[in-house]
Amino acid sequence: MFQVRIHGRGGQGVVTAAELLSIAAFVEDKHAQAFPSFGSERMGAPVVAFCRIADREIRSREPVSHPDALIIQDPTLLHSVDVFSGLNKQGYILINSRRTFADLGIDDFVAKFPPDHVCDIGATELAVKHVGRPVPNAALLGGFAAISGQIQLSSVEHAIMEKFPGAVGAANVKAAQEAFAAVSKIKEEA
Amino acid sequence: MLKQMEGSLGVAQAIALCRPEVVCAYPITPQTHIVEGIGALVKTGELENCEFINVESEFAALSVAIGASAAGARAYTATASQGILYMAEAIYNAGGLGLPIVMTVGNRAIGAPINIWNDHTDAMSVKDAGWIQLFAENNQEALDLHIQAFRLAEELSCPVMVCMDGFILTHAYERVDIPTQAEVDAFLPPYEPVQVLDPADPYSIGAMVGPEAFTEVRYLAHDKQLQALKRIPEIADVFKDVFGRESGGLLHPYHADDAETLVVALGSVNGTIKDAVDTMREEGHAVGSVSLCSFRPFPLAELGDVLRHAARVVVVEKSLAPGLGGVVASNVRMSLRDSPTPVYTVIAGLGGRPITKAGLERVIKDAIADDLPDVHFLDLETDVIARELERSRDTRRSGPTAENILKDLASVAGNRGE
Amino acid sequence: MNSDSANNDTGSKEGAANSRANQGSALQRVKFYQTGTHTVGNRLMDEAARSVQSSMDRSNAITSGHRACQGCGEALGARYALDAAMRASDGQLVAVNATGCLEVFTTPYPETSWQIPWLHSLFGNAPAVATGVAAAMRRKGRKKVSVVAQGGDGGTTDIGFGCLSGMFERNDDVLYICYDNEAYMNTGVQRSSATPPTARTATTPAVGKAPGNVFGTGKNLPLIAMAHNIPYVATASVADLHDLEDKVTRAMAIEGARYIHIMVPCPLGWGSAPNDTIRIARLAVESGLFPLFEAEHGEVTKSHKIRRRVPVDDYLKPQRRFAHLFGKEGPDKAALAAIQAMADSNIKRFNLLDAGDDT
Repeated sequence: MFQVRIHGRGGQGVVTAAELLSIAAFVEDKHAQAFPSFGSERMGAPVVAFCRIADREIRSREPVSHPDALIIQDPTLLHSVDVFSGLNKQGYILINSRRTFADLGIDDFVAKFPPDHVCDIGATELAVKHVGRPVPNAALLGGFAAISGQIQLSSVEHAIMEKFPGAVGAANVKAAQEAFAAVSKIKEEA
Repeated sequence: MLKQMEGSLGVAQAIALCRPEVVCAYPITPQTHIVEGIGALVKTGELENCEFINVESEFAALSVAIGASAAGARAYTATASQGILYMAEAIYNAGGLGLPIVMTVGNRAIGAPINIWNDHTDAMSVKDAGWIQLFAENNQEALDLHIQAFRLAEELSCPVMVCMDGFILTHAYERVDIPTQAEVDAFLPPYEPVQVLDPADPYSIGAMVGPEAFTEVRYLAHDKQLQALKRIPEIADVFKDVFGRESGGLLHPYHADDAETLVVALGSVNGTIKDAVDTMREEGHAVGSVSLCSFRPFPLAELGDVLRHAARVVVVEKSLAPGLGGVVASNVRMSLRDSPTPVYTVIAGLGGRPITKAGLERVIKDAIADDLPDVHFLDLETDVIARELERSRDTRRSGPTAENILKDLASVAGNRGE
Repeated sequence: MNSDSANNDTGSKEGAANSRANQGSALQRVKFYQTGTHTVGNRLMDEAARSVQSSMDRSNAITSGHRACQGCGEALGARYALDAAMRASDGQLVAVNATGCLEVFTTPYPETSWQIPWLHSLFGNAPAVATGVAAAMRRKGRKKVSVVAQGGDGGTTDIGFGCLSGMFERNDDVLYICYDNEAYMNTGVQRSSATPPTARTATTPAVGKAPGNVFGTGKNLPLIAMAHNIPYVATASVADLHDLEDKVTRAMAIEGARYIHIMVPCPLGWGSAPNDTIRIARLAVESGLFPLFEAEHGEVTKSHKIRRRVPVDDYLKPQRRFAHLFGKEGPDKAALAAIQAMADSNIKRFNLLDAGDDT
């Protein structure tokens, strides 16, 4: 079982990201379970969503406290919420930021992880470029496909188009594709 | 057809496949996505011949369903939490009138303090209203139970509540097999009411009944539940024939045959319990579990047969009867009334507190070691409670308890540097 | 003219005097009872103008044998209203009833007075239940079946108000009839939001400095109904049963949410003589305290002119619930003036007097 925890803020599509990830896994014939942290959060409040991916039925209903991967949609959460809590020591970290880990003040922490397991990428900028709105979730899923290897980019594309048919989906797919390419490149270099 | 989708939307599609004729909608978290989903299907025309009525309260929602059902229409609504209480009078009325309404409950806590998260207090508050209450373990079962519920309700002329855990199931995306219209049509015949408002054959429904007959009327409501005990497994069998999968029934034992310790629970927590059972079995503990699908009628004999062989029973329940302990546990004890088997009550998951596999393993091990109190509150913050009790002892005007506890938790977190 | 007006229409003051005089007299006036096909009053009218009740084909929606008190205004009002609705719907009618006197006295199980399909669910949900019945009829392809919901003033103005407002707002195809006897009579005469000021009820006793119900409270449901912009609102009275039938007939010809508010005196709760029910209802109308009007889509379209205006004292005096206004120390002039002012205000607001009528 592979467990993903997504941190972000209300309005950034955190819950949708988890749902898309579960659809992408489903497309690959895997079992997947996505669920939000069940808040009544308004725009801007910290939000958490989870996704489990497995080859067999997923029965557990508890929140993901020991994730294998973290997607952090808003870097301002790094120092206000314990986003890294319980993270697998061989886990993956994907942060939506164009700043370096040193700038973000987490260089010492991420140094403990395999270098090709950690990555930051300006997903918001990619979203603005392709979608016209600062909704970084689709781009981050493209990045997640690249960094974790848990799902194919094509599955992410499929999930996006299923949930957002038409132009909006197509634009998000482009953001995911560019993020996938960028993260793949960073990963190779790492 | 297999799909990855939100539980609420899966249920909405299942409801639509059942061809309801009147659906009443009133928003309350966390059931809202279900009626939104049905409303969208009505708007697009995918669900034909259905009145989708936006009402002004839960009381009205069920009242509209009562009128519709009495006039011969297949009626559906959904609610949760405070909504259950707000419609409580109508819940008893629908039960008493024997109207086969199906209602989803997206189980949620009841305030005060106001809380939108999952537990079973809402369903438990109306457990004796004469409705059949079925609890879904996962979204596939939630979907399937609704299809079975209409058949059960209409065969017996008795309303059915399908309970699915709020957020944990209603908002969870997982794999569900959406049946075809042909399959559902083959399983669910059109609604043939036993009583109907018809100018061609007028009669009065809902008149006053005095002491001379009230007990008999109530007994028949009990008898209907006893009939349901037989019909629920039979309908689950027919369902399996048509849809090719097992869903519903009275209860689901898991590794129960040789278990010394049996865990009993309702709803989605059974998934986590099964994971805990597997782990503990690997560690050499003879543990099993029973998921109670039907809480009303309560399968006293059937549950007793499963539990009787165990050395101990641990009931994990998301409801609390203050001043008594467990609601479900009290019922479970009745199924063992001729047996000395200890039945432990573990109150867990109130107001959405996560029930973890680790926490479950811990209490099961405590029960095995005979080191569990009769009523145990899982992961209870006893220090916080001690401090609040002390505060209220020291100060007459100690203020609102809930706020005090939250302040206390915040200051403890602050001291820890969190 | 119908039977009761032929009988009673001798002018209200004289009528009251006669009624009292007759009680001890061996020479009783001959009373004309309905005898099935024709009442005396109707026999004098054109066929077309005759009342529903005068027809041999009337449906007897609420048939005899019910357990209402003597002189019950609600039983009379409901009978006329539902028979008119039955005729208008060609017998295709379902009635939904709120808990209350009407529900209790018509259905002493296993007997029932209802000759039409009838459903009682709860005290506060009759409008919503009726919505459900109407929705089911549409979906079942039985669009011709009309739905009437009915309740007392407590079930309508208080506990059922939320459901009623919801039904109005959705413009559901339901005719709602409120039988207003100005208090909770079924439970033993307690105040409702339709109880008039100074009226004595079990929860507004006639004691203290301001005996009875206080001034400045209560709600006017016909006006609230109008504020929902529903297609039809009317008030009616058992004092004018022909008018009542007409309004029900008119309402039945309209689709959408309709509301008729009928004043129905309650001898038990009002402390009035059972044989004075019609007279008191008429005095309420003729004093201006209970204006009769119709409204469409929020606008008053027609009001029933007062024929012979009477002071409110005439209406209040025969009712023991107002007895404290006429106590041993003399009349409570301030209270009576305030009630008169309410009547005057109604007369002005609803234009209840013909031009030039100065009574």
